[in-house]
Amino acid sequence: MSEAFQTLVTPANPRILAERPVKMSARSVNVYYGEKHAIKNLSIDIPDRAVSAFIGPSGCGKSTFLRSINRMNDTIPSCRVSGDIVIDDKNVYDRDLDVVQLRAKVGMVFQKPNPFPKSIFENVAYGPRIHGIARTKSELEDIVVSSLRKAGLFEEVKDRLDHPGTGLSGGQQQRLCIARAIAVNPEVILMDEPCSALDPIATARIEELIDELRQNFCIIIVTHSMQQAARVSQLTAFFHLGTLVEFGDTDEMFTAPQEQRTQDYITGRFG
Amino acid sequence: MSMTVSEQKTMPSRAASTAAHLAKRHRVEKRFRFYGAAAIAFCFLAVIVLFASIVSKGYPAFLQTHVTLSVPLDEQVIDPAGTRLRNDLYIADYTKLARQALYTALDTGKDRASRKKAGQLLSRGVDVELRDLVLADPSLIGTTVEVSLTAADNVDALLKGAIDRNVPAASRQLDDQQLAWIDKLIAAGKIHKDFNWTLFTRGASSQPETAGLLVALIGSLYMMLTVTFLAVPFGVAGAIYLEEFAPRNKWTDLIEVNVNNLAAVPSIVYGLLGLAVFINAFGLPRSAPIVGGLVLSLMTLPTIIIATRAAVAAVPPSIKEAALGIGASKMQVIMHHVLPLAVPGILTGTIIGLVRALGETAPLLMIGMVAFVVDPPATPLEPATALPIQIYMWATSAERGFTALTGAATIILLLFSFAMNAVAIYLRRRFERRW
Repeated sequence: MSEAFQTLVTPANPRILAERPVKMSARSVNVYYGEKHAIKNLSIDIPDRAVSAFIGPSGCGKSTFLRSINRMNDTIPSCRVSGDIVIDDKNVYDRDLDVVQLRAKVGMVFQKPNPFPKSIFENVAYGPRIHGIARTKSELEDIVVSSLRKAGLFEEVKDRLDHPGTGLSGGQQQRLCIARAIAVNPEVILMDEPCSALDPIATARIEELIDELRQNFCIIIVTHSMQQAARVSQLTAFFHLGTLVEFGDTDEMFTAPQEQRTQDYITGRFG
Repeated sequence: MSMTVSEQKTMPSRAASTAAHLAKRHRVEKRFRFYGAAAIAFCFLAVIVLFASIVSKGYPAFLQTHVTLSVPLDEQVIDPAGTRLRNDLYIADYTKLARQALYTALDTGKDRASRKKAGQLLSRGVDVELRDLVLADPSLIGTTVEVSLTAADNVDALLKGAIDRNVPAASRQLDDQQLAWIDKLIAAGKIHKDFNWTLFTRGASSQPETAGLLVALIGSLYMMLTVTFLAVPFGVAGAIYLEEFAPRNKWTDLIEVNVNNLAAVPSIVYGLLGLAVFINAFGLPRSAPIVGGLVLSLMTLPTIIIATRAAVAAVPPSIKEAALGIGASKMQVIMHHVLPLAVPGILTGTIIGLVRALGETAPLLMIGMVAFVVDPPATPLEPATALPIQIYMWATSAERGFTALTGAATIILLLFSFAMNAVAIYLRRRFERRW
């Protein structure tokens, strides 16, 4: 079993992994919520400058694992994590690691767009400000503008940067949240079902954006939509009941999955 | 065929029962709406009756009757030695001067009995009024000044219609001679009603016409300041700690239960606590606003903690997650996001707590704030009273004028409460943000 498990982590060495350096790797990660064993002995390698999608039925642990990467699980008192998650040779669960620095390096976009009840400008400027990234006002303005540009939002909001971010449409709010995340120069961006609250047109825009962002970032996206995983990702990981069942190149996963459970899930037999 | 017949038979009856059921539902809703409207109408009526009675009782106290007299400030009476020393000017017999002026105006003659009756028309506080005039400008000595002096309580009552002229002279507070004098003064245009500044410039007095709220206002102000600077920072800090930092265990559960219980403790118990701890154990002075403020702070603290915790807990977790997600520290999350969003709720709870403290009477009884204090306190350690205490004391006084003063003090207390509530509403609107 353990040997089979090992081969599943990097099944037949995905092509993408061979082409790109590994950005994040997890070894024997276990996550518990009190008594509940949410992630069971999970090991995975995530490449840089690619989109990796986590799919699986509800409660399979994909969001839990995502939130373990930037230690957002720390806010849940009953949550306990063991094992190693290493980003750039640095274990994120090291005692001497500063969580604040980690979260600046590993940005996160949430399921529901959650802009601050402040202006569009302030939403994006907040991160650089608390991390002291911009030294002058004009530098800060440059960061805000370039972040909004990268998030594909600048043209739509350039005349109303002082308007509240909460006044934007759902899709615009989510792109604002992406701009806010990339304003602090992260290396990894975690996206927890970023399109589940959006309509198909807004979803398409976010997916385009993700595709552009992968040129510069390591992106991990949790999604319920297998079509979305197929559209935006290069690698797909299938989670089931807290274990990583299969991980491989997206096109192979969706055409020739190696595991029966993956096959069943993808063809809609459960989930 | 038989099927259709039976259907035709049952269909209308089902429709009828549905219609009856519907009608009943509508009736129930109508009745419920009527009850609700009736309850609101009743409350509204009660409030109107309450305010009408308070205002009708209290408004006369905002006006005060004065008698204008030409008072010769005789040097022989005020300062026979000509020293012009403050002390000498302070102890002079100003009542004599005022009465002399009145005798002249009324042409009473030398008869002692009628002079005594005439003297009763002036307030016993006129000596202070003349003294203050002379102390402010000693060069007036030797001249004759036209001054407006406070009339006696009974004159005031007569002019406000509280004394009935048709009552037989024997059972009337003013006899026929006095009425005639008053009419003479009115005819000469010497009697007039002005705004009662005494209400705001004097402390306690046994005469209603010289009694004021100054000491009570200062005492209440000191107490409000104490509560604002003690209960608010401690309450808000404690609530944020409990809500955001404290671990969830049986100790914090215990603290939470106790905070909730403290909010329900009768206020007089806090008075006992204040008496035992602040006065007996710490040796703070009795009747001092600082002690009152400390007691009211303890009483208000749970209210502020509960309101603040509710406001902090109501901040959407998605906002906190967003801030954490881009690397804000816990303190930054609280200071930059949680507190600004919780401010409207915190302010509302705090001001409601302050208003409650402003109107609180029972705990202040226990620490000796029911006191006859004439001079305004310079520091919170000197004796003072409070607005509700002053209302209580005036309400238990016998003289007719105190009834109106009680009403007036109640109006002022209510105005302060309304003003603070208005501030709470304004601040809530001002800081409210949508997310």
